[in-house]
Amino acid sequence: MTKKFTKEHEWLLIEGDVATIGITPHAAEQLGDVVFVELPEVGASFDKDGDMAVVESVKAASDVYAPVSGEVVEANSAITDEPGKVNEDPAGAAWFVKLKLTNTSELDGLMDEQQYKEYLETL
Amino acid sequence: MTMNSQGRPTRSVANDTGREKSAAVETFSGNKGLQIEESLIFEKDAFGKTGVDFAPATSGANRLGGLERNADIGLPGLSEPETMRHFVRLSQKNYAIDMGPFPLGSCTMKHNPRLNEKMARLPGFGDIHPLQPESTVQGALELIDTLAGWLKELTGMPAVAMSPKAGAHGELCGMTAIKAAIVARGEADTRVRVLAPESAHGTNPATAAQCGFKVDAIPANAEGRVDLEALKAKLGPDVAGIMVTNPNTCGLFERDIRAIADAVHAAGGYFYCDGANFNAIMGKARPGDLGVDAMHINLHKTFSTPHGGGGPGSGPTVLSEALAPYAPVPFVVKKGDHFTLVEDEAAAAATDGEGHAAFGRMTAFHGQMGMFVRALSYMLSHGADGLQRAAEDAVLNANYVLARLKTEMSPAFDGFCMHEALFDDSFLKDTGVETIDFAKAMIDEGYHPMTMYFPLVVHGAMLIEPTESESKAELDKFCDTLLSLARRAKAGESEAFKAAPQLAPRKRLDETAAARKPVLTWSPSVQAAAAE
Amino acid sequence: MRYLPLSDADRQQMLNVVGAPGVNTLFEDVPSDFLNPTLDLPAHKSELEVERVLGGMASKNRAASAGPFFVGAGAYKHHVPSTVDHIIQRSEFLTAYTPYQPEIAQGTLQYLFEFQTQVAALTGMDVANASMYDGSTACAEAALMARRVTRKKKVLISGGVHAQYASVTRTNSELIGDQVVINPIDVAAEEDLAAQIDDGTSCVIVQTPDVFGNLRDLRPIAAAAHEKGALLIAVVTEVMSLGAVESPGAMGADIVVGEGQSIGNGLNFGGPYVGLFATRQKYVRSMPGRLCGLAEDADGERGFVLTLSTREQHIRRDKATSNICTNSGLCALAFTVHMTLLGEAGLRGVAAMNHEAACKAADALGAVPGVEVLTKAYFNEFTLRLPKPAAEVVEALAAKDIIAGVPASRLLPDVPEAENLLIVAATECVTDTDIEAYAAALKEVLS
Repeated sequence: MTKKFTKEHEWLLIEGDVATIGITPHAAEQLGDVVFVELPEVGASFDKDGDMAVVESVKAASDVYAPVSGEVVEANSAITDEPGKVNEDPAGAAWFVKLKLTNTSELDGLMDEQQYKEYLETL
Repeated sequence: MTMNSQGRPTRSVANDTGREKSAAVETFSGNKGLQIEESLIFEKDAFGKTGVDFAPATSGANRLGGLERNADIGLPGLSEPETMRHFVRLSQKNYAIDMGPFPLGSCTMKHNPRLNEKMARLPGFGDIHPLQPESTVQGALELIDTLAGWLKELTGMPAVAMSPKAGAHGELCGMTAIKAAIVARGEADTRVRVLAPESAHGTNPATAAQCGFKVDAIPANAEGRVDLEALKAKLGPDVAGIMVTNPNTCGLFERDIRAIADAVHAAGGYFYCDGANFNAIMGKARPGDLGVDAMHINLHKTFSTPHGGGGPGSGPTVLSEALAPYAPVPFVVKKGDHFTLVEDEAAAAATDGEGHAAFGRMTAFHGQMGMFVRALSYMLSHGADGLQRAAEDAVLNANYVLARLKTEMSPAFDGFCMHEALFDDSFLKDTGVETIDFAKAMIDEGYHPMTMYFPLVVHGAMLIEPTESESKAELDKFCDTLLSLARRAKAGESEAFKAAPQLAPRKRLDETAAARKPVLTWSPSVQAAAAE
Repeated sequence: MRYLPLSDADRQQMLNVVGAPGVNTLFEDVPSDFLNPTLDLPAHKSELEVERVLGGMASKNRAASAGPFFVGAGAYKHHVPSTVDHIIQRSEFLTAYTPYQPEIAQGTLQYLFEFQTQVAALTGMDVANASMYDGSTACAEAALMARRVTRKKKVLISGGVHAQYASVTRTNSELIGDQVVINPIDVAAEEDLAAQIDDGTSCVIVQTPDVFGNLRDLRPIAAAAHEKGALLIAVVTEVMSLGAVESPGAMGADIVVGEGQSIGNGLNFGGPYVGLFATRQKYVRSMPGRLCGLAEDADGERGFVLTLSTREQHIRRDKATSNICTNSGLCALAFTVHMTLLGEAGLRGVAAMNHEAACKAADALGAVPGVEVLTKAYFNEFTLRLPKPAAEVVEALAAKDIIAGVPASRLLPDVPEAENLLIVAATECVTDTDIEAYAAALKEVLS
C-alpha cells in the first residue's frame, strides 16, 4: 500500500490495481468550507487529467482531475451527502472515488509524501 | 467617554472596545426602533385574500379547451395598506445611493436623476407596445435613433446595436459579431482562441465560452496593465480576438491601447473592449480613435439608469466598420423624416448596398426602451460639456480618495488612477483583519463596502469608485472613516472587525450553510423553522 | 451642472491634494492625440428644456391607454395598481446595487425570495431564479441548460413559438454549434412534435398559449420528450394565463420560461421586462442566473443571501452556466408587488376578465363578414384570418385610432400563409365599447 500525491493537491492510496483518491488537507483549506461535491458514477472511465469531480465552496469551484487513467469502481456518497466532511477529514474518510487503474505506469510520475511536503513549501 | 452638549453619552461604553451594546438590546417584538422585522408574504395568513378590486367575469364563457387550472396555486394576497407596509419595511433594510456613497469599483453607482424616471413614465414611452404599428411610434423610434447618434459620437464608432439588455448581453452581441466576421472570412475552424487579461470581469471569459471560443489569459505587467510583449507572443492565426477592459479593472488606462489594437489587427483578430468603465473617459477619449472593434456601454453605469437592486440594465454595443455589417436585428433606419424598424434578417440584407448580414437576434423586441429614455435624458441634461466634466470629476474624486487614503492604506499600483482607486490588503498584514472584515466594518460606519477581492490579480483587493456624484465634503467624511478603520485594524482591534457588522439589520450570514442545503422557495417548513 | 456637486474651488483644492496641476494630468495615459475630442453634440440643458425635447418625442406616439388597444404577441397591456410604481421608486429599491452585501440588502433579498416562490408556484415548478432579462433570453438560456443536462445538441422548436423567441434561441444555440430546428408556422396547433424528437434531441420548446393564442396540452409532448431523454421547455409569454390555465409544471415541463411583464410591468416599447426561469429541484445547479436562498446570521436570525453562486460568471468564469450578471431585479420587484396585491383570488379574477374580454372580442370580430376566428382553445389572444393582408388592415385601423393587433407577417415576414393573419389580444383593459368600435371599424375597412 503506497500513498502518492499530485501537484493538483490530490492524494492516491494504491492497493493492488485500485487507487483511492481524495484531495489533500492543503487543498481543503484553500477551498474553505466545502458546500458541494459532484462525483462521477460507478463505471465511468477517465483518461489521466480528465475532469472527474467537482468540489465547491461558497466562493470557489474547482475541478478535480483524474490523476491517473482508470474506471470508477466506487464513489464516496458520504461526501456528496455531507460535503463538510471534506474539511473534517480530507486525507481519510472524505475520499472521493476508487479508480481501477488502466495504466499503472502513470503512477511513476507522482510524488511521494516527502516530495509533496517539499512541493508545498515552494508555494 | 464622549459627552455631547446636553451631557448625555452619545456612544455606548461598549463602543470603545468596538462592541456595540445596542445590538444586544432585546425587544419583545424583535423590532429595533425604526427597524421593523417583517415576515414573508406567505406567513401572513393571506392565502385566498386579495388587494385588488375587479369586476367579476359574468358571461361564463369558457374556451380554455379543457386546460383549466383547478388546484390551488398557493399565492397569498395582501390588502393595499398591508402590501405597502410590507415592502416599505423591506426597503428600510437596504442601503442605497440615495442614502450615501456606494463606492463599488467597476459598478459606477452614480446618482440616478429623477427627471429620468419622470421621462420614462410619459405614456408616450412607458405605455407603448413594441409591436404596435410603426406609424404610431415614430417618436419612440426617433428617440432610439437620437440615442444611437449620441453613443456613436461619444465613442467615435460608426454603428451601434441597441438591443442588448445588459453589459454581459452586449459582450455577447459584440463577440457574436466577431464570430460572424470570422465565419464570413472562412476562418471559423481556425480562429478559436480569445485572449483576455486575468484581471477581466468574469463575464468576459463566460461570454467568450458562450460563443464557443477558448479563453486564454494575458498576463499583466508590474504596472497593472496588459503586458504588450506577452500579448504579442500569444497572438497567432488561431486568435479570434482580445477582450480588454479600458480603463482596466485596476482603474488604470491601458496606455499601450493603440499598440495593442494594431498588434491584434495585424494578427487578423478583433478588439473587443469591455466598456464597463467608460465613465472615466466619456467625452475625454473615444474608443473608435483607439482601435476598438466592439464595445458595450452600460447605460446603467455610465448613463445613470438605476441599478434597481440588480437590474434592469441596458448594453448597447458600438461596432467598427469591420463588424457593423453583422449587427443583429432589429435596428432603426431613418428615411427623410420617417423612421423604420428593420426586424428580420431578410429586411436587413435589403437595407443597404453593402450586404448587411445580421448575425441574428439578441432579444425579442427592440431593447431596453425604458433605459434608453433615461439615458438620453441624462445625456441631454449634461450635454457634451457636462459629460466631459462628469468624467473629469469622477477621475478627480477617485484620485482624491487615493491620495487621502494612501497614508494608511496600500495602493496596489503607483501613480494616478482613473475613475477608481485600487488597494491591496498589505496594510492589513499581521493585523488579523482581512479585506472582508474591513469591508463589513464599513457597514457599521454607515457605508456600503467597496468591491472586494476583485480584480483577482491583487491580493485582498479593495476597489473604490466614488463616481462624480460625491461632494468633497462627503468624500472627506468617507476618507476620514476609512483612515480611522485602518488605524483601528493596525491597533489590534481585529476581534471587533471579525464581529462586524453589529449595527446592520442582520449580522454576518452563514453562506456556507445556505449553500449546503439550499432553500430557494418558501414552504410551511420554512415558517416552522423561523418560529423556533 | 445640477448633477455635479464639486465647485471649481473644490476641484482646485482636490487637485492640490492629489498633486496634479490640472485635471488633464490625470488623463496622462490617454494618447494625447486623442484626448478631449471635439464632439458634435449640444451643450447641457435645464430640466425644463429636457422635458420639452423628450415630451415632444413622446407626444408622437399613441399610448395604449389612449384608446382601443388589442396588441399582444409577447407583451400585454394590463392594469398595474398604483402601489406598484410607488414601491419600485423608493430609493432603497431603485438605487440599490445587486445584494452582494446581504447584511444591508435584506430588503432586496427577501423580495427576491418571495419572487422565486411566486414564480415557482405559478409555473408549477420546484425552483425559480431571481429573473432573467426577458422571456426570449430566458428561452435561449433554457436551451443551453438543456444541453448541459442532457449533453445532447439538437433543439426542436414548435411552430407556435414566438418567432423572435425562436430567433434568439437559434442565434445563441448555433453559436456553440448546436442544431436548431424551427418548425413551420403552426396556426392551428396541429404539428406532430413527438414524431420529430430523436435520441439526439436535447430539448423541445413549446409555447402555451402559443403566439397565435392556442392553448396547448403539454402532456403528450412531455411524455414523448422524456421517452427520448430530452427536456421539455415550456414558454409562457402571457403569465396572466396561469391564473386560468393548468401550469406547465403540472403538465410535465422540465423547464418553464416566461415573460413576466404582464404582472406589474408596463409595455415600455419592449423593455425592460422580466424573464421568468423555473425548473425542477434536480436541475438547480445547471440553472443560469442568480438565486436567493434562506440563511441564518451570526445570532441565528433568519435572513437571505445570494447562493449557489459557483454556477455564475464571477466565480466560474469560462465554465459558468451563463454570462448573465445584471438581471431584471426591479422589474421582478414590480412583479412581486403586483402579485402580492392580486393574490390567488385576484389573479384568477383578473384572468377570468381577460378570458371573457377575449371571448367577446372573438365573437364580435368573427361576426364581421369575411373574417374567420382560427383559434379554438385560447386565453386572452386569438388569431383572425382576414380577407386581405393584415398589415394593411392594421394601418387602416390605426388611422381610425384603433390599434388592432399584430399582423402575423410582422413576426413571419417571409411566410406567405401568415400574410392575412392578425393576432388579437384582449385584456381586462379592453371595454365592451372598445370591442364594438373595433368591430365596426374593421367592417368599414374590409368593405
